[in-house]
Amino acid sequence: MPESHAEIETDELARRMSAVVGEAHCISDPAGLSVYECDGLSHGRIRPRLVVLPASTEEVVEVVRLAHDAGVPLVPRGSGTGLSGGARPTPGGVVVALSRMRRVLEVNLEDGWVRLEPGVINLDVTRAVQGRGWYYAPDPSSQSICSIGGNVAENSGGAHCLKYGFTVNHVLGARLVLDGGEVVDLGGPSPDTTGYDLLAALVGSEGMLGIVTEVTLRLLRKPEATRTFLATFPSSDEAGEAVSGIIAAGILPAAIEMMDTLAIQAAKAATGLNWPEVGSILLMDVDGPLAEAEHTSAAAIGIARSAGALEVRIPVDEAERQLMWKGRKSAFAAVGRLSPNYMVEDGVIPRSEIARVLREIGRMAGEAGLRVANVFHAGDGNLHPLVLYDARNPGEEEKAAKLGGDILRLCVRLGGSITGEHGVGAEKAAYMADMFAPEDLETMFLVRCAFDPEARFNPDKVFPTPRLCGERPGPYRPHPAEAAGLVERW
Amino acid sequence: MTTRGHLDECVHCGFCLPVCPTWINWGEEMDSPRGRIDLLRGVRDGKLEFDGPVALHLDRCLGCMACMTACPSGVRYDLVIEEARAQRELAVPRGLFDRLHRAALFSLFPYPRRLRLAAALLFLYSRSGLQWLMRATGLLRLVSSRLATLDALVPRIGTASLASGLPARLPAAGERRARVGLVTGCVQGVFFPNVNAATARVLVAEGCEVVVPPGQGCCGALSTHAGRLDEARRLVRGLIERFEAVEVDVVVINSAGCGSHLKDCQRLFAGDPFEPRAAAFSKKVRDVNELVDSLPPRAVRHPLQARVAYHSPCHLGHAQRLTAPPRALLRAIPGLELIEIADGDQCCGSAGIYNLVQPASADQIGARKAAAVLASGASWLASANPGCTLHIQRQLRERGATIRAAQPIEILDASLRGRTEPDGG
Ligand SMILES: Cc1cc2nc3c(=O)[nH]c(=O)nc-3n(C[C@H](O)[C@H](O)[C@H](O)COP(=O)(O)OP(=O)(O)OC[C@H]3O[C@@H](n4cnc5c(N)ncnc54)[C@H](O)[C@@H]3O)c2cc1C
Ligand code: SF4
Ligand code: SF4
Repeated sequence: MPESHAEIETDELARRMSAVVGEAHCISDPAGLSVYECDGLSHGRIRPRLVVLPASTEEVVEVVRLAHDAGVPLVPRGSGTGLSGGARPTPGGVVVALSRMRRVLEVNLEDGWVRLEPGVINLDVTRAVQGRGWYYAPDPSSQSICSIGGNVAENSGGAHCLKYGFTVNHVLGARLVLDGGEVVDLGGPSPDTTGYDLLAALVGSEGMLGIVTEVTLRLLRKPEATRTFLATFPSSDEAGEAVSGIIAAGILPAAIEMMDTLAIQAAKAATGLNWPEVGSILLMDVDGPLAEAEHTSAAAIGIARSAGALEVRIPVDEAERQLMWKGRKSAFAAVGRLSPNYMVEDGVIPRSEIARVLREIGRMAGEAGLRVANVFHAGDGNLHPLVLYDARNPGEEEKAAKLGGDILRLCVRLGGSITGEHGVGAEKAAYMADMFAPEDLETMFLVRCAFDPEARFNPDKVFPTPRLCGERPGPYRPHPAEAAGLVERW
Repeated sequence: MTTRGHLDECVHCGFCLPVCPTWINWGEEMDSPRGRIDLLRGVRDGKLEFDGPVALHLDRCLGCMACMTACPSGVRYDLVIEEARAQRELAVPRGLFDRLHRAALFSLFPYPRRLRLAAALLFLYSRSGLQWLMRATGLLRLVSSRLATLDALVPRIGTASLASGLPARLPAAGERRARVGLVTGCVQGVFFPNVNAATARVLVAEGCEVVVPPGQGCCGALSTHAGRLDEARRLVRGLIERFEAVEVDVVVINSAGCGSHLKDCQRLFAGDPFEPRAAAFSKKVRDVNELVDSLPPRAVRHPLQARVAYHSPCHLGHAQRLTAPPRALLRAIPGLELIEIADGDQCCGSAGIYNLVQPASADQIGARKAAAVLASGASWLASANPGCTLHIQRQLRERGATIRAAQPIEILDASLRGRTEPDGG
């Protein structure tokens, strides 16, 4: 019989958890708990009741059983780099950190896949196989530290997802521990598994369905050649035009990234790059067989020039190429050099609207008296406006939050979305209603209830008004799918 | 800027986690740079007590500064940890054994004469059979794992360690390019006198007049890194005064930990009348690899057939950002094959006195380093810091491995002298 979570004493819970994961890996002292209060978003901290670090699927199963029996919510956590508060503790809940489960279990290059534990760092997947000419394609800017478990939960993307697709296109299988401790294997190494593609429901589910304890990933052969160039523009108008022109010409670059002046300044400060502080920069990769890469890159450079590029730079060697990409990938965190605090937003817009939206963001920022740095995946229309503020000035954090919200609503108005890749988590839940009708939210909720009916995992995330399965907000209205007799009432 | 500001520059991105040796050890946030900064913020903001657990996580930090190289936000972790260490000593009293152990270390290392005496005793101990008996019976481990570490670090001490001598002045070979003062260091001077001799020979061959100010003591690096700032000020001031007396263009040092401290030592005197003198001294400090690399080669490099793996010491690679010069120096030797070891820029676990005060963690980190060195297939290991060399040698010895260690400058010295291998090892 499950106890309600108010009933179990924390000491007793800690004793039971310690018996499973070992005393050293069950954290209950204030100092230890305090560092798990937040993820990559450092505001809105909540001290967890306990943090446990299991070392195997078996230990995760036991931890989940204990939490189930005690009626305590669980929050899975990878490396804690999420930018939407997805791994932020739930009040009274236990954080399950997967960072000790970081073994690569099996590499199969004949069939091009790797099976590993969820705490393995994204870049370590490539490191494990690159000597033999393979790599793992999705490359979030945080790839040097974010975990594969976190990537699966967030369906993370990166610069090169324009051509190669997001995490969802690269996950072949996953082992999931459900509430109560049941272990299910979804998908697997063979390409076509029969039945519903439940794996696709798991990827991007933000840790609400269960705890992923094993993942099988698709690997790719490294392309024969990659050509990189950097083009500078007086403003985002010309840069936006270049992006549209390149895509319209039928070119599919491996990546096109755009940065504005503030972002350029931040990247330079972090890496010592000698980029000019122009209005806008495009950083682009083209890859494939050598002849194709040469040809396509020349064509793209031509389009950039005719769109008004001031200068085109080509790295002289791999080291310079890596440095250019390091500049791009550090840009987010490097904004910390320009401002004591900032909020990372993550909106999506139609590609053709880039220039207009950036102008509009500039105008809104001016009105609010704040600065906004822009660094984003231009090819996907995935914006990352970074709202700079100083929390020490009274009222400025609220102003920044409002500006961030307004920018997201602008994206939705233009037919875009409130998140491209950082997820909804705790931060964006309030905006879900701007994007989805109540019926849509209801349908999404049904999926959650099918996997996790007691809302054991991340109970207060994603949905604007957290509730239990079976609870309905306001007077009951049958869901359209229910009315049509497609699903039973929950 | 004060530490208040430095703590606030951390944006919680986590980029520093994968390079932090203790995070790699345990995968726990409290033992990561981001976690340590968080703990200090908690203490500053009154949300946490500066208690035993906070002190523990700070004590486990190696001070390797890999996190600074990785941090996109430019957090000055070096300043953060230095101030935190000083605070820690006041906030959480150490246990009796811990205090005695540290007191013993700090009354030994900074004083070359005492260290030399200790080396002599250790020499006798290693020859007396007592060492063998203690090791064989495991008695040492029983007494204390910390003492065991100290014991295992004792290199095969030759009688050369017992003499200190380098002449006070060596004229440059050929036309003089600079007048250079050599910091002889405490550990370096006692345990690795060959390194100082090699440094002097290379500099002379490359056209430097070398001056060795007499009566040098410890430079205060160990004390600074441990947050013992008064002691550090006293020691570094003494050293600076010795160098002021000899008037040199450049102060050269072959120990990375001491070099990074000396390049930045004016900070210790902020607001003090001594500050400008410390600043003038700091400006002249160069690592020996940095100095030699900056001089167009003059002496002939003779071929040296060796496969050399280079380990980048943290205080050279991370703290001084000198990763290229030692490699360039080795690469310029004909016949020498320079091998990069996996994660070559990661700490070896030695970290000043870390391996003496946190032996379990240091062993874990050292084991990874030793495995990487062995996997590289190198026949020589080059590292530009005495502490790293001792620690890695010990790790390798425990695995029955035969790779020999030398500093890049010793290898260059061997090449200049047409030898087939360095004197030391
Ligand atoms: C500087 C910076 C740059 C970034 N750039 C990008 C980018 O380019 N693209 C991008 O997509 N993201 C980016 N991110 C966001 C973040 O890195 C990704 O969302 C990443 O996937 C999170 O991984 P993590 O291991 O840190 O997960 P966490 O932050 O620990 O957790 C994220 C979510 O996953 C859940 N979770 C974690 N592990 C598991 C598991 N094993 N089972 C079930 N649920 C789990 C958590 O509950 C939480 O909801 C960036 C972040 C930073 C700080
Ligand atoms: S890399 Fe720098 S900013 Fe990021 S968490 Fe570490 S210390 Fe903080
Ligand atoms: S100095 Fe080294 S051990 Fe200490 S936090 Fe930084 S990376 Fe970790």
